[in-house]
Formats: sequence, C-alpha cells, structure tokens
Amino acid sequence: MALTTYIDAIREGIWEEMEKDERVFILGEDVGIYGGAFKVTKGMLDHFGENRVIDTPISESAIVGAAIGAALVGMRPVAEMQFIDFISCAFDQIVNFAAKCRYRWGAGVPIVVRGPCGGGVHGGPFHSQNVESYFFNVPGLKIVCPSTAYDAKGLIKAAIRDPDPVLYFEHKYLYRRIKEELPAEDFVVPIGKAQLRREGDDLSIITYGAMTYTALEAAGELEKEGVSVEVLDLRSILPIDEDAILETARKTSKVIVLHEATLTGGPGGEVVARIAEKAFEHLDGPIVRIAPPDTPVPYSPPLEEAFLPQVNDIVAKARELAAY
Amino acid sequence: MANRSTHSAYAISAPAGLELDRVEMLELHYFMQLNRRLENRLGHLYRQNQVVGGLYSSLGQEACSVGSAYALEDGDFVGPMIRNLGAVLVRGVRPLDVVAQYCARAIGPTRGKDQNLHFGWVERGLIAPISVVGALIPVMAGVALEMKLHGKAQVALTYIGDGGMSTTDFHEGLNFAAVHKLPLILIVENNGYAYSTPTSRQAAVPDLAVRARGYGCHGEIADGNDVLAMVDVVRRARERCAAGAGPVMVEAKTFRRKGHAEHDDAGYVPAALRAEWERRDPLDAFRRFLLEEMDVAAADLDDIERKADEEVERSVEEALAAPFPDASIAREDVYA
Amino acid sequence: MPEKTVAGKGSDRTVEVPVEARLKMLHYMKLVREIEDRIERKLYRQGKIVGGVYVGRGQEAISVGTAIHMVKDDVVAPSHRDMGVFLMRGVTPRRIIAQYMGRAAGLTKGRDGNMHMGDMDYNVIAFVSHLADNVPVSAGVALAFKMRGEKLVCLCYHGEGATSRGDWHEGINLASVHKLPVVYFINNNSYAYSTPTSLQYAIEDVASRAEGYGMPWEVADGNDIIAVYGAAKRAIDRARAGGGPSLVEYKTFRMTGHSAHDDAGYVPPELFEEWKRRDPIVRFENALIEEEAITPARIEEMQRECVAIIDDAVDWAEQQPYPDPADVTKGVYYDEG
Repeated sequence: MALTTYIDAIREGIWEEMEKDERVFILGEDVGIYGGAFKVTKGMLDHFGENRVIDTPISESAIVGAAIGAALVGMRPVAEMQFIDFISCAFDQIVNFAAKCRYRWGAGVPIVVRGPCGGGVHGGPFHSQNVESYFFNVPGLKIVCPSTAYDAKGLIKAAIRDPDPVLYFEHKYLYRRIKEELPAEDFVVPIGKAQLRREGDDLSIITYGAMTYTALEAAGELEKEGVSVEVLDLRSILPIDEDAILETARKTSKVIVLHEATLTGGPGGEVVARIAEKAFEHLDGPIVRIAPPDTPVPYSPPLEEAFLPQVNDIVAKARELAAY
Repeated sequence: MANRSTHSAYAISAPAGLELDRVEMLELHYFMQLNRRLENRLGHLYRQNQVVGGLYSSLGQEACSVGSAYALEDGDFVGPMIRNLGAVLVRGVRPLDVVAQYCARAIGPTRGKDQNLHFGWVERGLIAPISVVGALIPVMAGVALEMKLHGKAQVALTYIGDGGMSTTDFHEGLNFAAVHKLPLILIVENNGYAYSTPTSRQAAVPDLAVRARGYGCHGEIADGNDVLAMVDVVRRARERCAAGAGPVMVEAKTFRRKGHAEHDDAGYVPAALRAEWERRDPLDAFRRFLLEEMDVAAADLDDIERKADEEVERSVEEALAAPFPDASIAREDVYA
Repeated sequence: MPEKTVAGKGSDRTVEVPVEARLKMLHYMKLVREIEDRIERKLYRQGKIVGGVYVGRGQEAISVGTAIHMVKDDVVAPSHRDMGVFLMRGVTPRRIIAQYMGRAAGLTKGRDGNMHMGDMDYNVIAFVSHLADNVPVSAGVALAFKMRGEKLVCLCYHGEGATSRGDWHEGINLASVHKLPVVYFINNNSYAYSTPTSLQYAIEDVASRAEGYGMPWEVADGNDIIAVYGAAKRAIDRARAGGGPSLVEYKTFRMTGHSAHDDAGYVPPELFEEWKRRDPIVRFENALIEEEAITPARIEEMQRECVAIIDDAVDWAEQQPYPDPADVTKGVYYDEG
C-alpha cells in the first residue's frame, strides 16, 4: 500500500472535506493557480473551481476577517497563512473577533486558520516561528499541532468540522519527511487528545510537533543506557490533554517538557504548572523544560542548530534527571 | 549577458531638465551592471548549495532600484525590500556584504542572524526590512517624522510591491505620513506579480498611483525600466518633500522576470508577456542610450562591466572563504 | 470608469420614497432618539447603566435611512452609533435596555456591553471595539452570498476614523477585487473621539478613496433622511444586481462626546449650534408637515408612542435578573448540551 506524506495527508484531508461538504472553501495567497507556496492546495483550483479556491491579495487581516464573515453565514472556510509567521498580521481578527463571538453573542465562527510553522529549514526569523503561545492565552480558540501524517489528516478534518475557530499549525520540516500508510476510510482525530508515541517507565517526555521525532530519537539512545523513556505527543495545545499529562507524570515520576517554541512563555510552562499542581506527590525529580533560548530564530546553520533543541540536549538532560 | 535584442522598439532618453553628467551616467551603468551580475552569480551559488535559504532576484527591475536610490542625497534614509539590491549597492553596501549575507557567513552584516536583504545600517541610512511586506512603510514614516521634527531637509524613501499595497501597514503608514505631511517617498514597484498573483487579482484598478489621491498625496507613474526617468522622478519627489508638501507615491511600472524566488519557475506567467518585457530590458536600453546618445565608447562600457564582474568574483571568493558564525553568538543582541 | 455621484450636502434627493416608508422612517428615528436619550441622559446618570454609553445623537437618519432597504436575509454589521439598525431588524427596546443594564436578558447575556451586541437570528453581526474589523468580515459575508448565488447584500457601518485602520483597506480591496455584494456606509460625524477629520486624513471626502479600488462612491448629507435613503438605495440595488461594492459617505456631526463621560470640550461650541439647526428629525418633521404627509398632532402622538415603548422597555429591563455567575465559563466553545 502507498505511503502518504504529511503534506499529502493535509491535502487529502481538506480535499475529502471539500468533496463531502460544499460549504468548505479555501482562501489565501497563491493557493489557487500556484497550488500554495508549499503545494498543499495543489490541484484544488482545477478540481473545485475558483469559487471555492480563492487567491487573495496580500491581506492576512482580510483573509481571516472574510473567513469569519463567511463562517457567520454558514460557510466553512479554511484560511491559509503562507507562512504561519504572517498570522501576526491577522492577530486582531483572530483574538478579538473570531475567538469571542460565541461567548459574547452566541455566534459560532467555524473557521480554520492553517499554515506552516517551525524551523530547521534555514528560514530565518520570519519563516521559522512557532506561534502557538501568542494564542494559547485566548479562550475561544483551539490550537492543534499534528506530528504524524495520520494526525495531520485526522486533525485537519476535525478542525474543519469543529464549530469553533481552530488554528492548525503544520510543521514545515515534516512536510515531505514523514510518511505512513493511511486508512482508506474516513477518520478523524479528536481535538484535545494526546497520543503516546512510545511507552516507558523511567521518564516521560511531553512534547508535540517536529520535536516528537527528536524526542523519539533521544529515547532510542537512552534505551541503550537502560533508561526507559515514554514519549507523549500532545497533538492539541488548546485544549490540552491534562489527563494524559498527569497520567504519564504519575507513571514515570520524572518529566521533561520539550517544545520548539522559545522557552519563556512557551506552552511548556502550562504543562509544568499543571503537573506541579495536581501530581506533585508523584514526582521524584524537578520537572525539566527543554526549548530554544529566548531569541528570534536565527538563520545561519550553526546558529540555528544552537537554537533548536537537539537529540544530544535531550539525552544529556534526561540522563541527569534519570539519575536524580 | 542575456537578452540583447538588436531591433527593439524600446528606447530611453534623458528627461528634459535632468542634470546628470557623463560620470554620473557611467555610475548608473556600473550599479545596474553590478546589480545584475551579482544576482546572476548568486544564482550559480544557489545551485551549488552555497546560498542558505531563499534567493530573490530583481532581474528586469534594476533601473528602479538604482535610479531611485541614486537620486537621494547624504542623510536621506532608504528602506529597501528584497528586490532592491540595486538600492543598497548605490548606498554603499559592498557586494561582499551581500554575498556573505546570502551565504550565512559570520562576516555578513547580520553575522548570520537573518538572510538576504534583511539587514540595515543606520549610519548609512539603511533600515532593514522584515518579511511582512508593508511593515517598512509606517517605520519609514517614523524616520521621516524625525526629519520633520528636527527641520532636516532630508527624505525617507522606501519601496512596496503591487502585492504589498494590499496590506494594512501600507494603508496606515501612508495615511499617517499624508496627514502629517512627512517627507516620505514611496516607490510602488508594480512588477506585474505578487508570487503567482497577477496585479489584476490584487487590485481592481490598473494604475496603483491613483490611490495617492485617496490619501491626499501626490502620485505619479514612471517607467521603472528607464533609469533616467527613475532618477528624474525621485529628484522631483525629493524637492516636493523637502518643501513640506507631504509624501509622494511613484508607481514604477516594471516586470518581475524571474519567479518569486529561485525555486519558483513562474510557470503561471504567460511566455509572451515575459518576452515582451525582455525586449524592454533596462540595462540594454541604457547601454544603447549611452552609446548612441552620449557617444560613450563601447570599450569604456565593457571596462565598467568587467570591473563589476571582477568585484563580484572577489566578493564571492572572500565570502566563501569566510567562516560560518560561531554558535556562541546565538544569544547575543536580543537586548542591549 | 467607476461611477460616482458627489451629492454634496443634500443635493441628490431625486429618489421616490413612498409615504408609508417616510412615516416608518420618522417613527424609527424618533424611537432611536428616545431610547438613546433615555439611556444617556437618564439611566446613565442614575447609575443604572453598566459600563460606557455611546449614542448616535444627530445621526439617526443614517442607520434608519439605510437599514430600511434590507430584506430579511440580508446581513448587517453595524457600529456603535447605529441603534436604528437593531430596532429595524426587530431587536426589541426591552432587550436593548437589558443589554445596557448588563442583564441576562440582554442580547449578550451580560457578556458584553452597550452596542457590542448582535444575533444571527436577526442577521446582525456584533461589532468589536477594534474599529474597521467589521470591514473584512462584511466582505466575507458577501463572499458567501456570491458563492452561493444568493441575491443578498451585506451592509457594513463604521465611522470616518475607522477608515484609517489597515483592516479597512484590506477589506475594501478584497471586496472590490472580487466584486462582492457589500455596501460600506461611512458615518462621517466629523470627530473620532477628540480627533477632527483634518487629523484623520488629508482629503475632503474619504469615500473618494473608492477611486483607488475601482469602486463607485457617493457622498450625501447624513442629516437629510431622503438623501440618505437615496444614496443607500442606489448602492444596495447595485450590489444586489451583481454590480459589486460601493462606498457611501454620510456627512454628519456627533452631537455628543465620544461617550457619555466625555464632555467634548475640544469641539468649538459654534459647531454644535450650527448642526443643531440641521437636526435630522426636526428637518424631516417640518418637511412632512409641509407636504401634508403628517400633522403636528400625529407627530406628538408618535412621540408619546415612542416614550411609552421605552418606558415599558425600561420597566421590563429593570426587573430582569443579572446573569448567574455560575454561567461565566459557559459558551466559550460550542456546547452539545
């Protein structure tokens, strides 16, 4: 059976939803004739027509704003940010309009705002960011970060079907590097549920996105040293799967929280806080966070390498924690 | 050198009243040639995997950058965008700086922290762009504000594409500059495409300069492939600004002859359209002007071009021999 | 060539307005004036209003003379000085007063205050404080109409100050490129808080920016309901027929401060005097009397009717309970229950 890449899984997910629900449509820059800067929407203009695959001017605020308006009158728009870094141009529409309509006046805003996040591709400060923290503190939004092709497809479907605004952050590094066999039948991955990627007994790494693979690689290394590592892939940042977080913390008693968003103010702090609040007596060591330093994402390879958490960084910290 | 058409109908001539002596004209020729040759060479380096990240070309748009920047004076500020290599060269940035920047070396102006033309040099009156197009406009309005507050007879000049004109920052920045009559010159480089989006899908008007009226500022259309026209229009804009008349918008009609970036083959551009603009090559047209109207000897022009080539080669050699930045600097300069 | 009609101050009044429509509009203008006077001049000063108060005194003709053209399934995105839109869409004065009093019976169940209200049952989109955010949103509504082939229009309201925001530009540009059935009404009431128009933009008619988007535009006297009605009808009919978006600028004056707490000391008093003489309700009443479409007695009766409606609304609202604090976390997300 064929293997589907992460990026094709996203495309398939959107395509299938568009086939089954005529309310679903796409808008963004270069999504139509060009098929998207990364080709996520390749072939869609020809198949679905320019009514449903709309090339917009360079106007992130209007892209999201128009998505909100169309959603208020019954459509299911999927808005693309060419690089998720540009979502900041639509910040106001997302946090003040989309996030608050239901709470304020009972109107749902079923939009999806998606785009490629993350570094490791020499993208520099404006093409490599992880932006989940900007929105994490905004009630009314949902945020998902798939790491596998299966989850990429299942979560984009869940996002499109969700009656609330969902920010879908796909990691560009994973686009063509990750592939797996996907089921032929329709499936959805629930938003708000984490997934264990590896079971273990000595130490947990709680992570998401591309860092999931760095964690798994580190776990493989640590196995050789007799440290059994459990890796929990959060998949959803908002709502976050607190039950899964506490379960793994209670099981291993030693936790590393790992993410690619920079350290201070990153979602890791929330994970740590919840474990400290609710699983304190289970801990046998301090909770450790691993994340890039508090700087913009640098461009030159040695700088970017120093910036991004590497397998060695994780192995080193895990050894220390295991020995605590 | 590509694209020399011998029977082209496209010709340029010196605008009435434009004061440019022979030396200055040869400088214009030099900068445009340097612009093109440097970008060609970067293209080779890109294919050899020496360039880190994306490569953005201004092929066909050199006259716009070079001419506009050349019209400025000391003390003026420029906010270039990624296709304004010619402008940064005119302002004194060396080819070595550019190659080192593109190859992510420690000797580049950002020491490898950011890429392509995302660098600035306040001492040389250069403000660095960010990837969000349009963001420079309010920033340069702020630079112009300082000039006005301190009674300086200087201007701030920046560029925006036909695509960038759709953004929030363009609107807010220009409106602010217009209300406060700031000495800001905005060059709208209408090069036909924003990535794959043709201008007809970006705006519902054929001439973007018409929008100047909506802000109460002066707007004009210029031939972006005519370096003399660009020098002329920016000099006149400069006079207006310095006299306190407020911002000026210049729509330079030109064409993006390569894709959005090096990886983009721009298959969405009709071949006939590209061919039409190849016949309007700014470097060929200016070379013909110098030979036919200014009686410059072909050998002199060849010399200048050779000099540009040599400079490019030297900078490539030096840049490639330079080290990458050391990881220890990764956390520096977040704060003072 | 984009179509434009520079109506100036009340010049294009050529539209036919049936007498029932005229009387209906008068009733609503008076109702708007009464409810807003009651809120701002009485209830607010009695401490019965929660939070701030923003009224559109002197601008009543704008919301009424435009909203009257809406068909049931049209959608409207009003701003904070468009009380007429809510009333004409069927939102009751009772619920509006309850909204201002922060009661559970208000449109937002106490979650948001004053004019930050909406309800898709009435096809009214609640605005946010970030002015001009409703501009791209309105374009999106119109986009949906166009995609579905519906002959519907979205109406969007904002002030002249909101036109300075980037979202205004992006939304208008998107609407014009895609020829969407949306009409943008600019309530140019001469001040954005303390900022006069001369500090907001460097042109005379902000609607003239439409030329830069290839859109038709019109300027009309916002204090003349017939001029308001006519300009709106032309723009709405055009959108409904597939002619794309338009900008309509109504020149008017904000007869109050920015909000109830603001005494507008920065406005030269002579301006208030001048515009008071152009009160849209008084002008219309005089014109109707002159045309013998109404009698002074009937006008007085209408006024008593409006007062009675608002009296009832206030009494009712005052009896409504405040929202239950236990509900504070409800309704953030879709709830199947």
